Amino acid sequence: MCDPFAITDCALIAIATGEKAQNIREMHNRLMHTYDDGIVYHHFWGGLLRPHFVDPEYQNHFAGWAYHDLHDRRLAEKLSIINPAHYASIDELRQQVIEVFEERMDEDEGASRVEAEHPFFFMRSQIVVFDTRLRVPTPEDLTGLIPDLSLGSLFYHFIDSRRRIRSGGDDFSEWLKCWGDQYRDLINQIQTIDPYFNSLIELRENLATFFTSRLKTED
Amino acid sequence: MTEMLNQYAPIVGADVIDHLRQLAEPLQGMKVVHVNSTREGGGVAEILHRLIPLKRELGLDASWEIVTGDSQFYQCTKKMHNALQSNRDGISSELLQHYEAVNAENVERLKDLLQEADIVIVHDPQPAPLLKYCQARRGKWIWRCHIDASRPFRPVWKYLQKFIREYDASIYSLSAFAQPMPHPLYIIPPSIDPLSDKNIALDTAEIQGVCTDFGLDPERPIVSQISRFDRFKDPVGVIRACRMAKAFGPPLQLVLAGGTANDDPEGGEVLAEVTAEAQDDPDIHVLMLPPDAHRIINAIQRLSTIVLQKSIKEGFGLTVTEALWKGKPVIGGDAGGIRLQVVNHQTGFLVNTPEGAALRIRYLLNHHDRLQQMGKTARNFVLENYLLTRHLREYLTLMVAIVRNSGDRIEL
Repeated sequence: MCDPFAITDCALIAIATGEKAQNIREMHNRLMHTYDDGIVYHHFWGGLLRPHFVDPEYQNHFAGWAYHDLHDRRLAEKLSIINPAHYASIDELRQQVIEVFEERMDEDEGASRVEAEHPFFFMRSQIVVFDTRLRVPTPEDLTGLIPDLSLGSLFYHFIDSRRRIRSGGDDFSEWLKCWGDQYRDLINQIQTIDPYFNSLIELRENLATFFTSRLKTED
Repeated sequence: MTEMLNQYAPIVGADVIDHLRQLAEPLQGMKVVHVNSTREGGGVAEILHRLIPLKRELGLDASWEIVTGDSQFYQCTKKMHNALQSNRDGISSELLQHYEAVNAENVERLKDLLQEADIVIVHDPQPAPLLKYCQARRGKWIWRCHIDASRPFRPVWKYLQKFIREYDASIYSLSAFAQPMPHPLYIIPPSIDPLSDKNIALDTAEIQGVCTDFGLDPERPIVSQISRFDRFKDPVGVIRACRMAKAFGPPLQLVLAGGTANDDPEGGEVLAEVTAEAQDDPDIHVLMLPPDAHRIINAIQRLSTIVLQKSIKEGFGLTVTEALWKGKPVIGGDAGGIRLQVVNHQTGFLVNTPEGAALRIRYLLNHHDRLQQMGKTARNFVLENYLLTRHLREYLTLMVAIVRNSGDRIEL
């Protein structure tokens, strides 16, 4: 018998570091000396739970800055393809971002000196996690609750989970695994959700659809 | 007990309200004091009028105090405001001494309350020195900057910094405004209240009444800018932009509506410049409105075809948020928080000159479908990001974070 699923909620608050980069060289230099994992994490993931205009092309802040402020489309494309979910640690992710900036400087020395229209401001975030005291005994019970989950809960169980779970997955799939093979198809479907190119609202809709269709199949 | 909060549920969703209640749990009974320099006029006062009762409803012992001063004090703080927004004008040591003396006088009245509070949130430069005179304070003190301080005039900033660096944290509307400090620099954009008189839905009769009262023609396009008569809002540039656009044919009417805040001594001067520029043009309506004319402003925004906010410097630009919420595309100055809200071709256009504003007015008046679509996008954008409930959530998160004095992860 599995433990009930504990619905947890969270809220993020952004904190500016007071540092900025005006061009690629400064950006590279800052990233080389950024040992706070929270900064890279915020610029890849934190934006999902922060006020922003959804830019479907450039989900990470580095790519958005390259496109909108440096007007360097080539660099923006290369940064945009980085999927943070594919890196085992934030440090590996940071190294990859650094590499893309280095490549660009090697390709075109002039590009590294181009001044951005607006600087890149480095930020990190603080996360406040709280227990909703809501315990869900079975996946069937969870199905009815998903459409009402707060965006904070979705962030916690789907995005923040990647920092907490060794496999780098989401809490829903981890919990479903404990029920044996019964929910294998549902887990596979959940794992097709690209958390990076969906807003949290879309993510909730996708989850609700998958859970509901699994229940219908069972009927 | 929870009546006010529940009124927001049909707009933002019940989950959002529930989230607020949970976040407020660890803050029950805490004494939270906000301090600013005016109860009427300007975005800060508007936000506090609503935030304070909501915090109380959530179980916090929240209150709002103001520092009071004479005309010399406001002259000094206006200069500070302008200097933070890059105006290279120094302030005499006499004025600065007076500024500190007025703050010291205010402390005599507020000391017990401030020193007993668990959290004190001090808004903008006017009351910034209060902390210096509250040596026996027991709570956390936060300085909230509502101004575009991205490139402050250094001598003035250096003076203010000596007060601000003593705070436990500071809050800015945008990361671009945050100046390095030895404490956390939180980023919290402000918000609008969808249930306030300024933003609530109005019936057609009320809107038409305002149209008639101010002699506007509902059959012709209306362009408006709602803001204080302040040079940083560039009202003269707005008149020029509309004249340039009108020269291409559209029978535009312009409404420049605003008032003055109690703490702004330059308003009269700027109003005179605007009136002179308008030259009795019957299609330019310069309206000086009282601070409580919220429903009139609401109606003018709803009557508008396009809303302008052509600021040269802007803290956040709540008038932009208000217009977007009413489904109006905004042509805004490429400055401060307007950049966060006006996304080119999505919610409006960013411009740098009266010529740029004229071009975009012409574009929108000639592309009615785009104008409608942008209006819809604009409303949803505000719904998801800039309503009071999000603002309150971030304040509560910050308070929990700062009271717990924890690292990047706070588990309650």
